[in-house]
Amino acid sequence: MSFKIIVIGTSLGGLSALKNILVNLPLDFLTPIAIVQHRHKDSDRTLQALLQEHTSLPIREVEDKQEILPGQIYLAPPDYHLLVEPGYFALSTDEPVSFARPSIDVLFESAADIYREQVIGVILTGANQDGTQGLKKVQAHKGITIVQEPATAESSIMPKAAIAAVAVDWIVSLSEIAPLLVNLCDYIRK
Amino acid sequence: MDLPKSSLEDIEIQLLLEGVYQYYGYDFRNYALSSLKRRIHSFVRLEGLTNISALQERLLHHRPCLDRFLLNLTVNVTSMFRDPSFYIAFRQQVIPLLRTYPFIRIWHAGCSTGEEVYSMAILLQEEKLYHRCRIYATDTNERVLQNAKNGIFSLKLMQEYTQLYLRAGGQKSFSEYYTAAYDNAIFRASLRDNVIFAQHNLASDSSFNEFNVILCRNVLIYFNPTLQKRVHTLFYNSLCTFGILGLGRQESIRFTPCENHYEEIAQGEKLYRRLN
Ligand SMILES: C[S@@+](CC[C@H](N)C(=O)[O-])C[C@H]1O[C@@H](n2cnc3c(N)ncnc32)[C@H](O)[C@@H]1O
Repeated sequence: MSFKIIVIGTSLGGLSALKNILVNLPLDFLTPIAIVQHRHKDSDRTLQALLQEHTSLPIREVEDKQEILPGQIYLAPPDYHLLVEPGYFALSTDEPVSFARPSIDVLFESAADIYREQVIGVILTGANQDGTQGLKKVQAHKGITIVQEPATAESSIMPKAAIAAVAVDWIVSLSEIAPLLVNLCDYIRK
Repeated sequence: MDLPKSSLEDIEIQLLLEGVYQYYGYDFRNYALSSLKRRIHSFVRLEGLTNISALQERLLHHRPCLDRFLLNLTVNVTSMFRDPSFYIAFRQQVIPLLRTYPFIRIWHAGCSTGEEVYSMAILLQEEKLYHRCRIYATDTNERVLQNAKNGIFSLKLMQEYTQLYLRAGGQKSFSEYYTAAYDNAIFRASLRDNVIFAQHNLASDSSFNEFNVILCRNVLIYFNPTLQKRVHTLFYNSLCTFGILGLGRQESIRFTPCENHYEEIAQGEKLYRRLN
């Protein structure tokens, strides 16, 4: 059995953390990755461009009903929640959750709902509590839970909140996250 | 793709939506499940219930619960001049086309509380085309339509709307378009002169006219691919040749069966022209 999707959530300090992960992923990394990075609702396409400089895996800001394909990295657009449906993404402009739109909880919960134990959830640096509920649900459905070691996070509040609420599978430093994802997905692929 | 087996919860939701449809005629069966589920859950909590089956019982036996349910189920978030660059593109690419028509029919489908309708009316007035236009503003939710008809919005929002108006290419002082009264901004009645507000359900109703422009922004995201297909077919059949379809910023004609019936006329702005 293989993983269907990796979901990553981050807020304050996320840009450099995401760069670190992306630059360390091999070009043949197949498991689709969906990312929620909190940002201002008026932000433009610069996040996508900034991240794309660090990987050749194609990164795209999700459009409604876009298919989830291997080898692709998907970014939640500003001011929309990103949700997982069977085989594709959906968007919504529902009320912010924990003050955030896009919300990490919303992405993680919907991914867990659809792909159950075939989900890997990753919580990175951030200065709020978004993502904790989502990670809980990933765990409840027997998916894999990973949190950035708080000491290596620019802002440790989000990782700490996740660790306090969920018995996570892995707590690893930022530089170990990409190798861990490769291992988990490779191991499972064989 | 191998799909996971339905969970008990998915079955409960299916039964609930089927019941609401059979008994009351409101059809949510083809809404996008992921976001619908979240809203059903929050409604279950709001009603102080423990599960979806309990909600079904209450919904089918207590009509007032249905009204609360309907209000909670549809997302009515909107704004004036939402995505200003869309309005710039509309001014540049669509207005010249509309000038060639003696009479212009525009359909705002899923207009919510009407902010987009007033925005378009303002734009058309500034382009001196409004007198030739008729705007049909529809939504399935009667409550929001009533607000749209009143054209009264919170004064607190006006600062933000002024910024958006200017970024959308606005040519005047935005405050010319409304009168402040207590905490409210009451929009000029003249903006409503050529607008017809009416209830219309995209999930079940058919077309009611032929249009030069159809705007449907951030509504189709709440539908699943099956219902999206129905609505796209409805739009295609309701547009005149070379008619314009405008979608929301993160929506695309690309993932629909109508992809080949349109051409994009403004890069990235989700403005499409019907071919042939
Ligand atoms: C998020 S609002 C979008 C408002 C506006 N078009 C905008 O983009 O700012 C979605 C609207 O779609 C309406 N809606 C939902 N289902 C509908 C249906 N089946 N038929 C017509 N309108 C529907 C809701 O009532 C709500 O007002």
